[in-house]
Amino acid sequence: MGVTVKLPTQLRDAAGGSSAVTVEGGTVGEALNGLYSEHAELRERIADGDGSLRRFVNVYLKGEDIRFLDGLDTEVADGDEVTILPAVAGG
Amino acid sequence: MPADALKCKECKTEYPLEARFVCERCFGPLEVSYSAPNGDPAEIKRRIQAGPHTIWRYADFLPLAGPARSALPTGWTPLVKADRLAERLGLGEVWIKNETANPTHSFKDRVVSVALARATELGFDTLACASTGNLANAVAAHAAAAGLPAYVLIPHDLEEQKILATGAYGAQIVAVTGNYDDVNRLCTQVSGERPNWAFVNINMRPYYAEGSKTLAFETVEQLGWELPDRVVGPIASGSQFTKLARGFQEFIDAGLVEGSVPTMNGAQALGCSPVATAFAAGTDVCKPVKPDTIAKSLAIGNPADGPYAVELARSTGGSIDSVTDDEIRAGIRLLAETTGIFTETAGGVTIGTLAKLAERGDIGPEERVVCMVTGDGLKTIDAVRDTFEVATIPADLDAFDERFAPAVA
Repeated sequence: MGVTVKLPTQLRDAAGGSSAVTVEGGTVGEALNGLYSEHAELRERIADGDGSLRRFVNVYLKGEDIRFLDGLDTEVADGDEVTILPAVAGG
Repeated sequence: MPADALKCKECKTEYPLEARFVCERCFGPLEVSYSAPNGDPAEIKRRIQAGPHTIWRYADFLPLAGPARSALPTGWTPLVKADRLAERLGLGEVWIKNETANPTHSFKDRVVSVALARATELGFDTLACASTGNLANAVAAHAAAAGLPAYVLIPHDLEEQKILATGAYGAQIVAVTGNYDDVNRLCTQVSGERPNWAFVNINMRPYYAEGSKTLAFETVEQLGWELPDRVVGPIASGSQFTKLARGFQEFIDAGLVEGSVPTMNGAQALGCSPVATAFAAGTDVCKPVKPDTIAKSLAIGNPADGPYAVELARSTGGSIDSVTDDEIRAGIRLLAETTGIFTETAGGVTIGTLAKLAERGDIGPEERVVCMVTGDGLKTIDAVRDTFEVATIPADLDAFDERFAPAVA
């Protein structure tokens, strides 16, 4: 059944209008790679050249910021939900 | 100084002046950019001085298309010379920007005024926010005055005073079981799905943030068109801290004041100090934390403008320090006892940090220091509980004399 990656409104045009994409992968990083292989433009929008996340991109696994987990190496299981959101909010 | 675009602080991509807050290319923050102000410095100054005693006297430097006004006038708060505080800390000249004097008793009235005015221009029909309390108060009050419905989302464990003072205005309070960063994440998601809602600190954030510049503008004008040497202010997201510097810089660039941006000292609570930690580590990467502090108004574990706050402190020769909860309580008491101004915990963080800088010898004897006291002590009343003793006596003169013996002549 795979992992569901939910996209913020700002990224949906680069994913053919989709608000969520289902991909395969054992870690958050692998899931994101799965996302990039389906929608190539998303890679440069979210990631730096070395594959790490841009500094104003937040990624959550089931509501928890992955920086409190193992970052891109955080393990994911079938049915998990990964959410990408802009970091520049609030205050 | 007409606003001409929203511009990404990271990659400089420009966007029209719409309700958007994040660069679609790189996810960097968008900021309002302006063309040069109309008129020479003397003319601009005259225009300011002829304006109302509210933030709108600085309309030339704010991002509105039409004439600026609001139903709940805000700003032009007192700048108080704090000689007794300066003396206590062994400093030369200290001033307190007393933001408790705003309509809902915090600086948040400034940012909400600008966000609401722009939201109205853009045709939004509902006001909303993610708040640690003070913003909830301000959004609820300004929405009520403007006749708009408001939704305020807060962490469930906020101070009761802030919740009650928000509900009184008729706003829909939504208490989220989680911390501020959870609330912020939820609001970012909701904001994307409610196109007619103006979330002041999300989709309206570039306009909202501009409101904090008026703190710097007022400070300069109230000092007789001079700059302070140093500013001490609190850091939650880092937005106000960075906009203070931008306000000073815009007045310098417009020729209204001579000099350079003051030394900027940021203040955080130790229990939520991701920006102070990054500063100390010599990096601008602010690793998020789970807040645990009595300074709930500053309890943002994932600060959006953290990297810029670190860069600013470094580039002006300042610092970002943190203080313990006990130092926060002591800061509240010190300010109250020496100035008569009762501040909330965020002000305790600022004054605690001022005391720390003074003790460390960072502040020269000739320096003019301005402290941003951003909110009112009545909202965090529990912070001073048990920090003093109440004498309970019977209604009897002898009992009074026994407890408070008259001084022997």
